[in-house]
Amino acid sequence: MIQLSYEIKNDDFLRAGEASSSIKKTLRKLGIESNIIRRVAVATYEAEMNIIIHSKGGQIDVAINPEKIEIYASDLGPGIENIQLAMQEGYSTAPQHVRELGFGAGMGLPNIKRCADEFEIESVVGEFTKLKIIIYH
Amino acid sequence: MNTVKDLIEALELEMLGGSEGLDKEINGVYIGDLLSWVMAHVQPGDAWITIQTHVNIIAVGVLGEVSCIIIPENAEVDEATITKANVEEIPLLRSSLNAYQLAIKLNQWEGLK
Repeated sequence: MIQLSYEIKNDDFLRAGEASSSIKKTLRKLGIESNIIRRVAVATYEAEMNIIIHSKGGQIDVAINPEKIEIYASDLGPGIENIQLAMQEGYSTAPQHVRELGFGAGMGLPNIKRCADEFEIESVVGEFTKLKIIIYH
Repeated sequence: MNTVKDLIEALELEMLGGSEGLDKEINGVYIGDLLSWVMAHVQPGDAWITIQTHVNIIAVGVLGEVSCIIIPENAEVDEATITKANVEEIPLLRSSLNAYQLAIKLNQWEGLK
């Protein structure tokens, strides 16, 4: 099993996407099928952007097993008040200055769920949000 | 021929960065400015037209495996975006035409026929 871990900083738009790119490159080196790599890339990119845009910072951990890829994204809050709403396509709490950059389409979590074979989200307001994403290959 | 280099010549595009990636082949075209939407729908090898010019378009381009990014209407591009395009070897191109006019020209371009 290969394990990767990335620290993601709040508001760090300059480095945004670097963790996802690094994960993608590793999967390519391992010869993982391109359709699977694409799903992992979309899921990790959205998780990375969510941490950058919405949280106080967090991390993404990836475990590559022979039969599945596990992705854990966790942040230090502030948490999601209404997860059901956050899972709806088009719903976003992103501020205006971020929307002007093309983010905040309200597609992040729905995109992640679509790419995942298994998806779990847990959030406590004032504490954290944690995502568990499993993709079989 | 359908490389980025061929497209630059055919459509008289301005080359801003990512010149190491000029041999990439173009298989289609995608137009969009909402980055999550683009991430979900762009196809590998697409030439991506977007009015977004900040550095994160390069990350989306790399992850979406686009052949090149075309900025329409001579929009101003951040220096950080050009630097990142060079690092990631994603051709970053610019045109005076708008996205619609570019789409018409791309439709007529021999490289996509």
